[in-house]
Amino acid sequence: MKLLTGNDLKSGAVIWWTGADWSIHIEDAVDVDEQGEAILAVEEAARRVNAPYIIAGEMTPDGPRPAHIKDRIRALGPTVRPDLTLKPADPTAGDWVI
Amino acid sequence: MYQYDEYDQAMVEARVAEFSDQVRRRLAGEITEDQFKPLRLMNGLYLQLHAYMLRVAVPYGTLDSRQMRMLAHIARKYDRDYGHFTTRQNIQYNWIKLEDAPAILADLASVEMHAIQTSGNCIRNISSDQWAGAAADEITDPRPWAELLRQWSSFHPEFSYLPRKFKIAVIAADEDRAAMRLHDIGIQIVEKDGQHGAAFYVGGGMGRTPMIAPLIKDFVPLEDLLSYTEACLRVYNRYGRRDNIYKARIKILIHELGADEYRRQVEEEFVHVKSLGIDPPKAEFDRIAAQFAMPPLDASAPDAIDRSDPDFALWVDRQVAAHKMPGHAIVNISLKPVGGIPGDASSAQIDLMADLAERYSHDELRVTHAQNIVLPHVRKADLYAIWQKLDEAGLATPNLDLISDIIACPGLDYCSLANARSIPVAQKIATRFADLDRQKELGELKLKISGCINACGHHHAGHIGILGVDRKGTENYQLLLGGSGAEDVSLGTITGPGFDEDGIVDAIERVTDKYLAERAEGERFLDTYRRVGMAPFKEAIYG
Repeated sequence: MKLLTGNDLKSGAVIWWTGADWSIHIEDAVDVDEQGEAILAVEEAARRVNAPYIIAGEMTPDGPRPAHIKDRIRALGPTVRPDLTLKPADPTAGDWVI
Repeated sequence: MYQYDEYDQAMVEARVAEFSDQVRRRLAGEITEDQFKPLRLMNGLYLQLHAYMLRVAVPYGTLDSRQMRMLAHIARKYDRDYGHFTTRQNIQYNWIKLEDAPAILADLASVEMHAIQTSGNCIRNISSDQWAGAAADEITDPRPWAELLRQWSSFHPEFSYLPRKFKIAVIAADEDRAAMRLHDIGIQIVEKDGQHGAAFYVGGGMGRTPMIAPLIKDFVPLEDLLSYTEACLRVYNRYGRRDNIYKARIKILIHELGADEYRRQVEEEFVHVKSLGIDPPKAEFDRIAAQFAMPPLDASAPDAIDRSDPDFALWVDRQVAAHKMPGHAIVNISLKPVGGIPGDASSAQIDLMADLAERYSHDELRVTHAQNIVLPHVRKADLYAIWQKLDEAGLATPNLDLISDIIACPGLDYCSLANARSIPVAQKIATRFADLDRQKELGELKLKISGCINACGHHHAGHIGILGVDRKGTENYQLLLGGSGAEDVSLGTITGPGFDEDGIVDAIERVTDKYLAERAEGERFLDTYRRVGMAPFKEAIYG
C-alpha cells in the first residue's frame, strides 16, 4: 500500500491522509494507491499539509505500517522518549517501530 | 561577558520583526514552502521528523544565568520541557510550532540571543574552548577574538551565500578542547617572541569527507586577524564548488588546489583586503575585550577541598579542572547520566544550572562541544554545595572523558537526515559500562556516535567512533578506531563490516578488553591503538 504523509503547517506535527482529511494517527491512514500525487498537490496548495510525500507501507492487523523505520518513528514518536510518543501509556508500543 | 550594544540589539530585533512577517505570510498562503524554507533556515528553523526544530546560537558557548533561564523558559512554554545541547555549543528544541517561532525569537532577543546563522550556507556560530577565560593553560582568553568574528560574520553580505556552510573555532591553549583542526577555519592564538598572533588552520572538517586542516599560516599578527580571515573566505567564495554539494566545503577546495597554492592565493588576496581597512581600531577591540575581563575572583580563597565524602571526592577528581586563579576551579557538569540521552537537559535542570551559575560562578556558564555544561569560575570552598545540588538533580555523574561521556547526535529518533538511531546505542553502551570503577580502569576514552555520514556526532574524531548507516532498510553500525579531535588530532579508521544495535555494543566491549590486555603503563586507549595498530583489535572484534 501507499501512504501519504507530511507535517501540519502550523504545528509541524506528523500527519497522515485519511481519504478525506489529515490525522495524526497512522491507524486512520488509507491506501492512496495511484492518487497520491494528485492529492498531495491539492492539499499542499491549500496549505493543509507541509512537505508531503508518499511512502510504501503494508496493512497489518494493527493497521497501516510504513515500510521504513524512519516513517514508523515519525508515526509513533522518538523511541528513546516513550513519554513523548502518541502512546505513552503503552509500554509495548515501541515494538511496532523496531 | 559581552553585552550587546545598540547595533547588536537593533539587528536582532529587526530580524525578529522580519521573520515574524515572513511567518505570517507563510501561514496566510502569501508565500510557498519553497519560498519560505530558505527564510526559516536563516533563522535556525528546520522541519525535522516530528515537528519544527529550532537551533539557538550560544556564541562561543558562553551564556549567563538570565540567558540560561530563558532557554529553560522556552523549553517549558513552547517545547516539551527539555532542550538538547549540541556538538557546536548550541541548543536545539525538537517540538517547535511554526506559529510560536516569532514569539520564541522575541523572547530570545530580550536576553541578547537569537537563532540567526544556525543554518544555511553562511558562517555559523563561532565556537571556542569551553574553559576560555578560566583555563590554567591558556595564553589569553580567545573569546574577544571569537566575539569580533561573530560581529564581523553576522549578516556579512559577501558571505551569506557561500558554496556551503562554514564553521570557525578559536582557541588559545595548546590543549585543543574545541576540535579546532576539524573546522573550516581553526584559529589558535599563539605566542612568538613575546607577541600574540594567530595560527590559521584551514580546510578541516568531518562529514562525508573528513579532513584535518593543514596549517596555512603559523603567525598572523592579531591586528590582521579579521583581514586574514576575510581573505581565506574570499578565495573559498570565489573558487569553492557550487555545482556539487558533496564537494562544496572549503576542505575540498584546499585538497584540490593544494595547501601551498591556496596559501598563495590567500596571501595575494590578503594584500588587497588589508587595504580596505576592515580590522577594527584598537580602541574598539579593547572595548570588546574589556567585557571579557576576569570576574573579581578572590586570590586568597582557600585552596583546600574537604574530600571526606567519598562520592564527592570521586566527582571532584573527575569533573573539576584547574582554574588560573588560586582557590578556584572549573566545574564540568555531565549531561550524560547512565542510560540518559547525551546532551539533553530538562527545563528544571537548566534552571538549576542557571541558579548555580548566578550564585557560585559569577553568573557564567559554558556549553561544551561534548554536550556538557561548565561553570567556569567557582570557589573551591563552594564545590561541595554545588555537588550536592547537582547530585539531587541527576547532574553529578562523574564521567568526564570516560567511555560513558558519549557524544551522540539526535540520530533517527529526531533527525530527518539520519539513517540510524544514535541515542539508543549510546544508552546501551553507557549501561554496559555503567560500573564507574570499570570506566576509570579504561581511563580517557572518547566515544562518539553519528546517525549518518554528516557526522554531527563527530564519529571520525572518536577514540572509538560509531557511524549509523542504512543497510537495505535496517540500521547498521560501523565501528571506527583511532580518531581524536584534540591537539593530537587524527581520523578514525573503519574496522570492517558493521553490526546491529546489540552487536556494536559487544564489539566495543571486545575492543576495550583487547586494550586492557595490550596496554603499556600509562597508555590511554588511543595511545595503545596507535602503538599496536588496527590488526589486534580487528582480530579481537571479528575473530
